[in-house]
Amino acid sequence: MNACVLRAGLRRGAIELRQSFTNGAELFSHLFWPLLMLGVLWFLRGREFGSTGFMLGALTLPGILGMNVSFGMVTMSQLLTAEREDGTLLRAKATPNGTGGYLVGKVVSVAGGLLADLALFLVPALLLVDGLHLDAGAWVHLAGIVALGMVATLPVGAVLGSVFGDARAQGLIQLPVLALIGISGIFYPVTALPEWLQWTAQVFPLYWLGLGMRAAMLPDAAVAVEIGDSWRQAEAVGVLGAWAVAGLAVAPVVLRRTARRESGSKVAARRERALQRVV
Amino acid sequence: MSPDAAVAVAGLRMRYGAADVLHGVDLRVRHGETVALLGPNGAGKTTTIEILEGFRARSAGEVAVLGADPGHGDEHWRARVGVVLQSWRDHGKWRVRELLAHLASYYACLGRTPWDPGELADAVGLGDRGGQKIRTLSGGQRRRLDVAIGIVGRPDLLFLDEPTTGFDPEARRGFHRLVRDLAAAGTTVLVTTHDLHEAERLADRIVILDAGRVIADGTPAELARRIAGADRVRWRHRGRPRVHATDDSTAFVRGLFERHGADIAELEVHRASLEQTYLALVHAAEAAAEGGGR
Repeated sequence: MNACVLRAGLRRGAIELRQSFTNGAELFSHLFWPLLMLGVLWFLRGREFGSTGFMLGALTLPGILGMNVSFGMVTMSQLLTAEREDGTLLRAKATPNGTGGYLVGKVVSVAGGLLADLALFLVPALLLVDGLHLDAGAWVHLAGIVALGMVATLPVGAVLGSVFGDARAQGLIQLPVLALIGISGIFYPVTALPEWLQWTAQVFPLYWLGLGMRAAMLPDAAVAVEIGDSWRQAEAVGVLGAWAVAGLAVAPVVLRRTARRESGSKVAARRERALQRVV
Repeated sequence: MSPDAAVAVAGLRMRYGAADVLHGVDLRVRHGETVALLGPNGAGKTTTIEILEGFRARSAGEVAVLGADPGHGDEHWRARVGVVLQSWRDHGKWRVRELLAHLASYYACLGRTPWDPGELADAVGLGDRGGQKIRTLSGGQRRRLDVAIGIVGRPDLLFLDEPTTGFDPEARRGFHRLVRDLAAAGTTVLVTTHDLHEAERLADRIVILDAGRVIADGTPAELARRIAGADRVRWRHRGRPRVHATDDSTAFVRGLFERHGADIAELEVHRASLEQTYLALVHAAEAAAEGGGR
C-alpha cells in the first residue's frame, strides 16, 4: 500500500471517528459503558477485598480498563459484519485500493474510539478511586499494555467479523465474551475462583490485559492477590504477543478471502434476508 | 481477441454446483458503445456482469475487459472500470460530497483526474444535497448518488446493473439522460435490464440473454426484423372471425379486399413488435422455470 492510499485510509478513519461522536445512538454507546462502570466503582468505594487491606475499587479499576480494550475486538467484529451486510465492503472493493483504505480506516476509527472511551472512563474514575500508584513509569506501562492489547485483539475481531455471516450471528459472540469477563478477574480477583477456571481465563487476552493494567497502576504490595504472587509481565507480553501474531497472520488471509467473495448478488441476498427478518 | 473491444467474451460458462447458469455466452462491446444486456429475471444477467466486474470467478471461457482478465485486474484496471452497484444503505452516516471526495481520492492516488465532488453532485442532480447525510436521501436521490460513485473516477467503461429498479417515470427519464450524456462523452456502457423500453431508449445495441444463452444480438430495429416474426391480421368474413400471419401485411390486406371486397369487416393489423416477442420470451422462460420446479 502506498502513502497516498494510507493517507486516504487515515482520513476515512478520522471521518468515521468524528461521525461516531456526532450521532445520538453511537454517542450513547460511547457513554454507556464508561458510565455503567463508574457506577460500579461508586458502589465498590470503601469496600475491602477480604481482609487484605486492599480497596476493591482500586483492584477493579485497572481490570475495567483491560476489559474496555478487549471490547475493541467486539466492536471490530460487529462493524465488519454490519458493513459487509450493508454493502460498504463491496463499495470499497469496487474502488481502486479501496479495501486497503477501508481497513486502515477501520483500525483508526475503532482504535480511536477505544482510546476515547478509555479516557471517558479513566478521568472521572481516578477522582473516585483511592489507592492507585500512578507515577510516570505507570503511565508508560499502561500505554504499552493498551497498545499491545489492541494489536492482540483488533485483528482477532476482524477475523470474527469475517467468519460470522450476518448481524444476527454476531449477537452470539457476545455471550462467550461476557462469560470471559466473568472469569477473568475483572471485577473480583481471579485467585478467588476454582483453579480450572483460572486456567481457562489465562488462555485468553482479557485476563492478561487486566493483569497488565493492575501491574501498571497498583502499588507493588497488591501483587499478593495475584496468581503466584507475581505480576508475570513477561508471561502477559508472551500471551498477548502470541494472540497478536496469530491475529495478524490470520486476519489478512481471512479478510482477503471475504473481500474476494463479496459481490452485488451476495449483498442483495443478505438484504433480502435482513428485510424478511424485519417483516 | 481484438484490442478494439472494451469487452470481449467468448464461451463464458458459469456453474453453481450441478446447475449451469451460463452456457457459453459470447458478447462484444466496442469502445464508446452502449450495450444493454436484456433478459427476464434469472437469465444470468447479473452473473455475467459480476464476472465482467471482477467480482465473481467464472467456470470457463475467455473474458477480456479493457484488455485484461477481470479475475486478475490490478488496481489501475480497477480505476478504469466504473461499477454502479445495487445499493442498500452503505455509508448512511456520510455526507454526499464527503463520500464523493473520499472515493475520488483513491483515483487521484493512481494519477487519474477524478470528478470534482461538487461538480459531480451537480451533474447527477444532487447539487443542493451535497451536505446532506446519505441515509436521509430519497430512493431516487440515493440511486443518483450510486451513479455518481460509479463515475467519480471518470471510468472508460461503466457497468450498470438494473439501474432503474424502483424508479418513478420522472427519475427514470433523468437517469436515462445522464447515461446518454456519459455515452456522448465517450464512456463505454454495459447496462443490464429486464425492461425492453429502457434497453431501446439507452442502447446502441441490445443483447438478449435467456436461460444462460444469448438468443439475439443487434440494434433494436434489427432485432425487431430478425426475431419479431410475422405481422398478424384479424378480420371477419361474412361474420366469421379469421386470423392470418404474414410477413407483408399491407400486400395481404390489399389481396383480401380484392377477393372479398365489402364482405370484410373489423379489420385489425398487428405489426410485429419487439415488445410482443420479448414478452412471449419472458413468459416462456417463466413457464419453463415454474414447470422445472425451481
